[in-house]
Amino acid sequence: MKKILSAILVVCMILSLALSVVSCSTSKTITKENIKIGLITLHDDSSTYDKNFIESMKRALQDLGIKEEQLVLSTSIEETSQCYDTAKQMVKDGCDVIFADSFGHEAFLLQAAQEFPKVKFCHATGTMAHTAKLDNFSNAFAAIYEGRYLAGIAAGMKLKEMIDSGKITAEQAIVGYVGAYTYAEVMSGYTSFFLGVRSVVPSATMKVRFTGSWYDTDTEYSAAKALIETDKCVLISQHADSYGAPNACEEAKVPNISYNGSTESQGPNTYIVSSKIDWAPYFKYMINCTIEGKVIDKDWTGTIDTGSVVLLDLSKNAAAGTQEAIDSAKAALKAGTLHVFDTSKFTVGGQTLTTYKADVDTDDKYTPDTEAIKDGYFHESEYRSAPYFNIKIDGISIIGDEKY
Amino acid sequence: MTGKNMQKQRPVREPLFHVSKNNALPVWKGLLYRAAAVLAAMLLTGLLGVLLVRKNPLEIYAAIFKGPFIDIWTLLQNTAVLLGFALAVVPAFKMKYFNMGANGQVLVGCLAGIACMKFLSGALPDWLVIILIIAASVAASVVFALIPAVFKAFFDTNETLFTLMMNYVAIGLVDYMVFVWDKSGSGTLGIVNLFSHAGWFPNIINKYFPSVLVVALMTVFMTVYMKYTKHGFETALVGESVNTARYVGINVRKVIIRTLALSGLMCGIMGALYAGSIEHTVNASVGGKGFTAILVAWLANFDPPVMALVSFLVMFLTSGTEYAAASLRLGSNDFASITVGIVFFFVMASEFFIRYNVQLTDRGRKVFRVREKQSEEKGGTA
Repeated sequence: MKKILSAILVVCMILSLALSVVSCSTSKTITKENIKIGLITLHDDSSTYDKNFIESMKRALQDLGIKEEQLVLSTSIEETSQCYDTAKQMVKDGCDVIFADSFGHEAFLLQAAQEFPKVKFCHATGTMAHTAKLDNFSNAFAAIYEGRYLAGIAAGMKLKEMIDSGKITAEQAIVGYVGAYTYAEVMSGYTSFFLGVRSVVPSATMKVRFTGSWYDTDTEYSAAKALIETDKCVLISQHADSYGAPNACEEAKVPNISYNGSTESQGPNTYIVSSKIDWAPYFKYMINCTIEGKVIDKDWTGTIDTGSVVLLDLSKNAAAGTQEAIDSAKAALKAGTLHVFDTSKFTVGGQTLTTYKADVDTDDKYTPDTEAIKDGYFHESEYRSAPYFNIKIDGISIIGDEKY
Repeated sequence: MTGKNMQKQRPVREPLFHVSKNNALPVWKGLLYRAAAVLAAMLLTGLLGVLLVRKNPLEIYAAIFKGPFIDIWTLLQNTAVLLGFALAVVPAFKMKYFNMGANGQVLVGCLAGIACMKFLSGALPDWLVIILIIAASVAASVVFALIPAVFKAFFDTNETLFTLMMNYVAIGLVDYMVFVWDKSGSGTLGIVNLFSHAGWFPNIINKYFPSVLVVALMTVFMTVYMKYTKHGFETALVGESVNTARYVGINVRKVIIRTLALSGLMCGIMGALYAGSIEHTVNASVGGKGFTAILVAWLANFDPPVMALVSFLVMFLTSGTEYAAASLRLGSNDFASITVGIVFFFVMASEFFIRYNVQLTDRGRKVFRVREKQSEEKGGTA
């Protein structure tokens, strides 16, 4: 028995040695057959946010005819030097392009990009690529505010159904929103969602509670519960990554609009629809650029047209006529006749906005630098891919502390 | 049967096993036991790999042995960091003061260091900033370690709970300071002085070597301190028996506070390394090796050189299993954590059989039908 065991161990060691020798061969021409891709995620596939990246990547590989074995998938990577160390390990392991999915990864990925100029580094939700000016470092995001707006229409239709059936009055149409941080990405998200709701139900208002974390099941659950019980919200949506809010909604039988993926399994009687970013189009672009030796766009913004901004299929809980309302708004968004942040559709302190300087170029003091309102609407995700709409508009009230 | 009779019968009931302390086991035999435990754990891991994640166990083993060597410096730094935490808790544990707060003590040290880096670099020369980072880190960690120590020394509060809770105070402090310093609203600080590198500790050989060197020096210091100094002896004596220590004229309060100040000093050095050399930022995830470090210290019987070896093996295994999860695209590190847990469990079980001698009692022999002859043989060798 002991001999067999030691034999197995020896074989393993020889095998590992052989493998490491093979991976040391340098300076290859990148092809579809030999490209190696690294994906770094903050949590693992139990988080809707990270699961979305993992599944999009697998789909992109399948579409491109690249074997799944060519992917290295490092999960639960903290926003610390662990991210840098992982990226470095991926480079040494032969990866040609490395993608990280969390905002806090950016500085560490940038550090790796400075050190390994031959490898491409891409990062979701980040803001520094267009000012860092490294050929091998890029940011990517999607105009998800358009998807949120469409999801808002689905919510509005549900509220309208509740008002029409006499379940609530027009004044009781209060929407609750569980947000992670008081951060442009979240604020842009709930504001566009709210504007979508109000395009159907003009009397609707919104209450937002922040959790101070991107992923915290308990806090998200209790925030949703408080919105329902204390703040009398009749519909909930969220920008936080756990199943906390959907679970609270299912318990209280309150309709829920999700983000980043279907939560129908958690809320079969309350889930309506989810908007999400499909990262597969970007991953395909990123991988093709790497194979062809092209520079990847510094700031890539996915849209409805690229297939990056998607609304999942409506569930049976959606109100009648929702699909038609969404389709017509989608067509108008595509045609450019409808703008989500149309300044005639919202007010700030009772006034219509005519000018707003947004903080597009990241600097230490976060000074606003770019005029974002032009032609009667706020130009979101145009000057850089990551959202920068951070205006507090009338009709939305923040309950409790703002969380930075 | 009356109650009185039952009471009489109870003491007659003999246990099945007799467990006694075993100091006579030769070193090679102990190592053999441990190696067997690791091997058994790895075999179980392979089996679980087939059952749970449906991968070829050979592939898993190959990845576990390949991963750590892809970037040897990261492995060395991670080992050094884990060992640093273990060195920081060791004097307190030797005194039977259960310091569960190493995470928090290192974190506040890092926070203080980052504060200096963020606000002093540019205004003062770089070498002075680096000195101030180290001084601030050490000061913050020592204060943080001394608060529960003083309460223990003067009011005999429970240090396990106190130090554990202090971790959360540290996390709260860090979250709050990030909230104050970060104006973007994203909840992250980013790398401080990313482009200017002001206030960063200089790279010696590379960015990993300084940490390895510092922890190596800490190991030497701690070995000497624990084994050959009067302070170390006093610390151990308080751990063995507070009353004996008092009887021979040791000021127990003084020893508690002094030992925890030393713990804080070690944590402060780790915090400074995190701030100046490893992370250049601070958030609640920085460090976080304080609990694994306790396991390391315990498994190594509080012997610093052995702790170095155990730290290396733990980080090797962690890095290897995480690489296996990444290269086999398991989608989470759960399998890696399970593997490390299984290995720990097996090794700790083997420790029991190394440190204690388990023998059947007369009743045990009867119950398990072991013949008298065998037990005589055992008795002869013992």
